[in-house]
Amino acid sequence: MTSTPSHAPLLSVERLSVFYDQFRAVDAIDLTVGAGEIVSIIGANGAGKSSLLKAIIGQADRIEGTIRYDGEDLAGRTTPQIVAKGIALVPEGRRLFASLSVEENLHLGWEVGRRNGLSLDEVFDFFPVLRERRRQKARELSGGQQQMVALGRALLADPKLLLCDEISLGLAPLIVDQLYKLIPAIKQRGIGILIVEQDITRSLAVADRFYCLLEGKVTLAGRPGETSRDVVMQHYFGL
Amino acid sequence: MAGALANQIIQGILLGGLYALFAVGLSLSVGIMRFVNIAHGDLIVLVSFVLLSLTSKLGLPLVLATAIVLPITFGGGYLLQRLLLQRVLGQSVLAIVLVTFGLSVIVQNALQGTYGADTRLIPGGDIVTATIHLGGGINIGVLPLTIFMSAVALVFALDRLLYRTRLGARIRAVSDNVASANLVGLKSAHIYAVAMGIVGVTMGISAAFMAVSTNFDPTSGPSRLLVAFEAVVLGGLGSLWGTLAGGIIVGVAQSIGAQFDAGWQLLAGHLVFLAVFLLRPQGLFPK
Amino acid sequence: MTSLTGKLPLVAIGRGLLGLLLAMLFAAPWIFDPAELQILTELLCLLVLAVMWNLLAGYADIVTIGQHGFVGIGCYAFYGFVVLAGVDPYLAIPLAGLTSLAFAIPSMVVVFRLRAAYLAVGTWVLAEVMMLGAGKINAFGAGLGVSLPVSVVRAFGGNIVERFTTIYWMSLALALVAMGATYALMRSSTGIGLTAMRDDEEAAGTVGVNLFRARVACFLWAAPFLGLAGALITLQKLRVAPAASFSIIDWTVYIIFIVIIGGVGSFEGPIIGTLVFFLIREYLQGWGVWHFIVLGAVSIAMVLIEPRGIWGLLRRIVPGDLIPVSHKPPRR
Repeated sequence: MTSTPSHAPLLSVERLSVFYDQFRAVDAIDLTVGAGEIVSIIGANGAGKSSLLKAIIGQADRIEGTIRYDGEDLAGRTTPQIVAKGIALVPEGRRLFASLSVEENLHLGWEVGRRNGLSLDEVFDFFPVLRERRRQKARELSGGQQQMVALGRALLADPKLLLCDEISLGLAPLIVDQLYKLIPAIKQRGIGILIVEQDITRSLAVADRFYCLLEGKVTLAGRPGETSRDVVMQHYFGL
Repeated sequence: MAGALANQIIQGILLGGLYALFAVGLSLSVGIMRFVNIAHGDLIVLVSFVLLSLTSKLGLPLVLATAIVLPITFGGGYLLQRLLLQRVLGQSVLAIVLVTFGLSVIVQNALQGTYGADTRLIPGGDIVTATIHLGGGINIGVLPLTIFMSAVALVFALDRLLYRTRLGARIRAVSDNVASANLVGLKSAHIYAVAMGIVGVTMGISAAFMAVSTNFDPTSGPSRLLVAFEAVVLGGLGSLWGTLAGGIIVGVAQSIGAQFDAGWQLLAGHLVFLAVFLLRPQGLFPK
Repeated sequence: MTSLTGKLPLVAIGRGLLGLLLAMLFAAPWIFDPAELQILTELLCLLVLAVMWNLLAGYADIVTIGQHGFVGIGCYAFYGFVVLAGVDPYLAIPLAGLTSLAFAIPSMVVVFRLRAAYLAVGTWVLAEVMMLGAGKINAFGAGLGVSLPVSVVRAFGGNIVERFTTIYWMSLALALVAMGATYALMRSSTGIGLTAMRDDEEAAGTVGVNLFRARVACFLWAAPFLGLAGALITLQKLRVAPAASFSIIDWTVYIIFIVIIGGVGSFEGPIIGTLVFFLIREYLQGWGVWHFIVLGAVSIAMVLIEPRGIWGLLRRIVPGDLIPVSHKPPRR
């Protein structure tokens, strides 16, 4: 089902369950992402999407199952180690450092990553408006600009796998359009992208494959072109 | 008369430099890690006693002893944070107050058991008595002046460290939002510990100056804590230059109070603190 | 035996022990000699202080390290009313309590502008000011302090046994009133509001719990009891002096250790803590500074391992509260 040829997928999640105390947020799911592939996870609030990304980046309380990245089992690895291996997260709600400048926020992304890949200048080419505001404090930026910084910060870590958690949340449609225009460009660089979204149209439009999550389980998986919208809606809402 | 008052004010300002030295470390831990270390003063006194041992038992000159001790204070601060304080940092107020309070009691009593209760002073040589006579009744001690200038230099250096270096950016990031820092891949526990190591170094520097300019004994810690606390709160939480200003205010208040009566020195400092605090609770330069 | 019936005996046993303790306290003047009565009196006063610190720190989220200030105010106020104002000694005791309350009111202006650990150190600053201020008043002997005149002491009994017994009864009464009244406070709407706040501050706020008022009430509640304890302590020590009456070691450091080791946020905690403290003091007395180091280390260990203290440890096997207030201290 992967779009990449014979070699193993970049990310392979096998029977993964994610727990917060006793609560099971993700229930024994299987999922893969290939290099240069865009995979969407869609689902309503509370479906377990963010928990899945947190587990991959190493911030879940407790998990069962396996997360295999680039051939390696990530069990027991800390987030700094995982990021240094080439997985970067654009967290839900941006989560910038409010009192630091745009440039400082971005540079932190570079410091924790593989210290290769994109340079600060190239990120400013992606987001020209940030270049003008590079010395401003992050808290002074608009929502859309902050999201750009969050995305730029993740890209500067030179990831092989990019995790995007609800990047459209709280932003005007025009801004979201701009952000999503970048996704294919990022894919072009061979980076695998796992996008979590509530906006079905948006994410299916850009995805190679998708999974639909409902109450922690995968209810549907396939390619956007091959699945009708009605079927997707059914599985989104669990009808 | 005016000359005498001016002299008192100047002595107060210089005294404020010493207080700022005590306070700068507290200001960092308050601003960065957002907790008040109740053992702050006691740890400074601990270093002073270590310096005392190095200078009196081993006969080392104070400057050399300090140079030896500073890396140890960095390591001490790092380990204290990493092993003990990190475990209570995210928890309730009660936990942090109690752990640092317990630490304060332990340090005071361990010092008393080791060194006895006598007050001590490290001989500083000629610099202690050297005075610059400016005329008009104004005399400036060379040691207080050196301390004051060191305080300014230290605040300047820390300010640059925090705002102009990569390490400083990392420290400020973790301080802003430790959860975000974790998500993004920063090693927050390590970064906090480095910050505490820096606090340890400031404690080492202030211990050296304190040991040579004022009497100290195992129970001197709390009074240093209170003065540091007042300087930090008056200056505005999170502002290093504010802490310097706060220290000066307390120093001047104490200096003028001491003119009435030796017993009024401390009380005057506290009363001025309360008055300024009530007028401007957020401090002079709040962040 | 099912687990349900297996539970009952432990709580009953616990309550039985408490009852025995109470009976012993009532029988004390006949069981113990005057020297032992004095120790009991002192322990009862410490219990009162512990209950109050626990109320503030464990329920009202006001962690203080300056309560010795209000104790000292009580000491000095008692002396002032009796010696300087010539008030009847028995009347001077409640007046001392009221004086502490009077000082607590302006203190709130400072205390409630600070939060968390800043509040704690702020209360310390206030206590310092009170102590230094008291040391400036010549009528009270300034820095050296002054002794209670014999005539005042005699008012509580013609001979030593009588006096110790009278003072003992007063301290027992104070301890019972302190515990009983505080218990009633915690069961009232104010107390329930505070418990709600501890469990979920946001939710409590939305339901309309006036947290500020509740915390103010607790702060003002504790002050007079601290003053009353101060008056009784002065009767025992027979003198007032800045360092002794405002002793941070006796009325703050020891108290904090008592409550932490015994168990903060419960009513059983201060009782257990006072008993444990007494034992530690008896056995470690000869260790000099080491008993402080041990107390400090045990306290830190408690905070890290079981924040609910010895009572918390016991509570892992005892299924119910002996003195039920239904309160949960903060989660680790």
